[in-house]
Amino acid sequence: MQTKRVVFRHTFLPYLLCLPQLAITLVFFIWPALQAIRQSMLQQDAFGLSTTFVGLANFRTLLRDPSYLSSVHVTIIFSVATAALAMSLALLFAVVADRVIRGTNTYRTVLIWPYAVAPAVAGVLWYFLFNPSIGIATYALAQLGIDFNPVISSTDALIMVVIAAAWKQVSYNFLFFLAGLQAIPNSVFEAAAIDGAGPMKRFWTIVLPLLSPTTFFLLVVNMVYAFFETFAIIHATTQGGPGQSTSILVYKVWRDGFVAQDLGGSAAQSVVLMTIVIALTVIQFRFVERRVEY
Amino acid sequence: MVEHRPILNLLSHLVLLLGVALVAFPVWIAFVASTHAPHDLLTGVVPLLPGDHLVENYRDVLFRGVSTSGAPPIALMLGNSLVMALGIALGKIAISLLSAFAIVYFRFPFRIAIFWLIFITLMLPVEVRILPTFEITAQLGLLNSYGGLILPLIASATATFLFRQFFMTVPEELAEAARIDGAGPLKFFRDILLPLSRTNIAALFVILFIYGWNQYLWPLIVTTSESYYTIVMGIQRLVTVADQLPQWHYVMATTVLAMLPPVVVIVVMQRLFVKGLVETEK
Repeated sequence: MQTKRVVFRHTFLPYLLCLPQLAITLVFFIWPALQAIRQSMLQQDAFGLSTTFVGLANFRTLLRDPSYLSSVHVTIIFSVATAALAMSLALLFAVVADRVIRGTNTYRTVLIWPYAVAPAVAGVLWYFLFNPSIGIATYALAQLGIDFNPVISSTDALIMVVIAAAWKQVSYNFLFFLAGLQAIPNSVFEAAAIDGAGPMKRFWTIVLPLLSPTTFFLLVVNMVYAFFETFAIIHATTQGGPGQSTSILVYKVWRDGFVAQDLGGSAAQSVVLMTIVIALTVIQFRFVERRVEY
Repeated sequence: MVEHRPILNLLSHLVLLLGVALVAFPVWIAFVASTHAPHDLLTGVVPLLPGDHLVENYRDVLFRGVSTSGAPPIALMLGNSLVMALGIALGKIAISLLSAFAIVYFRFPFRIAIFWLIFITLMLPVEVRILPTFEITAQLGLLNSYGGLILPLIASATATFLFRQFFMTVPEELAEAARIDGAGPLKFFRDILLPLSRTNIAALFVILFIYGWNQYLWPLIVTTSESYYTIVMGIQRLVTVADQLPQWHYVMATTVLAMLPPVVVIVVMQRLFVKGLVETEK
C-alpha cells in the first residue's frame, strides 16, 4: 500500500493519530466479534451457573432447528423480493428520468428523499396504510375484492414488510442507476437509432448490458440492506409475526439473545451472519476491482 | 435524447409522476392522520385531507408526551436524536481524518496491520455482534448515556477510506513546500489538509448525520431510561402498545417529526448528499 513520496518523520505521532480509531475498533468491534465466536462454542446450563465448551454443537443444533431454517427461508424470500422490487422500480424511474429533457433534476429531488427516512419510520408508514381496520390501502384492496390483512395472514405480512423495505430503498437505487445511465455516451444511442433500433431494443441491447456493473453493485448493496438494516422494519411493525412468518435472521438473533436469553444459540447465529457479511463484502470488493475496467 | 417521440415523452412523465406519487403518498397520509382528532381514526377509512387538529396534536406529542404508552415528550427524544446523530457524524469524521492522515503521510511499523484492522470493521455491522457489544458497553458503564449511544458506532472504515483516497490526490508539492517552510505534520494537517478536505467533510457529514439519526437497534438495546430514548426507536413504543389500539394521530405526528430533520438535510444539501453517497460507496 502506498504512502506519499514525501512523508513526515515522527516516532510516536502516527500511533497517537490512529489511537482513537484503533481503540474504538478494538473495544467495540474486534473484541465483541471474538466474544461472539467464543460464546458460540459454549453452552450455559439452565440456571446460568456454569458454562461448558461444546465445540460446534451450537451450530449443529442451529442447523437442525426448524425455526432457524424457516427463518433462513423467510430471509431469502424477503431479501430477494425486496432487492428485485426496489431495483426494478428504480431502474424504470431512472430510465424515464434520463429520457425526459426538462425536469430531470426536479424529479431527482422529489424521488431521492426517502433515502433519509429511517427503516423504522418506513415500516410504520406502511403498517398504517395496511392497517386492517382503518388502513387506506387495505380499504382500496377490499374495494377490489382482495382481503388483505397483515395481522393475521403470513403472506400479507411478508408482502407488507417487503413493500416497506423496498419503498425506502428505491431512491438509493434510482440515484445510482441514473448516474450509470448518464455516464453512457449519447453517441452509442445515436448510432443504434440510426441503425434502426427502437427504444425497447436499445434498452435491452445497450442500456442493460452497459448498466450491468451498476446493477451488480446495487444487488450486493440491496442484499446487505435487506439482510441487516431491515431489523427496524420488522421490529417496529410485525415483530416477526404472525407466527414466525416475518422473523428474518437479524430479528431472530436479537430475539434469541435478548428476549429468550439463549446466549450460545444467539452467538452461533451471529457467527453465521458474520460469515454472510464477510462473503458479501468480499464479493463487493472483487467487483469494485473489476469495475475499473469499464 | 436521440429521436423525438411525443408519446414516449408523455409516457415518461406519467411514469415519473406515478413514482413521485408512490413516494409521497404514505407520507401524505401520515401527515393527514397527524392533523385529525383521535375519533376520526378509529373506524372507517383514514381521511384524505388534513383535519383541524394539527396544532394541538403536535403540541401534545412535542411537550406532553403520550401518557398511555409511557413515552416522554417528543421534544426530548428529538434532542437525544440530534445529540446522537451529531455525535456519530462528527466523531466518525474526526477519528477517520486523523487515522487517514497517519496512514497516508507517515511510514511506521504496523501501518498495514492498522489499516487492515480498520478495514475489518466494514465486515462487522452492529447487527451481527449485538450481544457481546452490549455486554462490553454495559461493563464500561455506558448504558443509558450519550457515550453508550455514540461511541460503539463511530469507528468507520468507509470514512477512513474516503479520506485516504482524497489525501492521495492532494499534490505532493504541498507537503514538500510545507516541510521546506518548516511546518510540522500537525500544522500541515490543520492549515493545509483540513481546509482542502472541506467539501469531502461536508458531504460525508450529510450521509453520517442521516445514518446516526436513523439508528434503531443500538439505541433500543442500550437505553432503558426514557430520558435517553431517541425518536426513531421511540415510535415503536407508540405503535406496539399492549392491550389497546395505538393512538394513530399521535403516532403519525411523531413519525412526521422523526423524518423531518433528515429529509430537510437531504433536500437542502442535495448536491453534497449525492457526492457523499457516490464517494462513500466507491
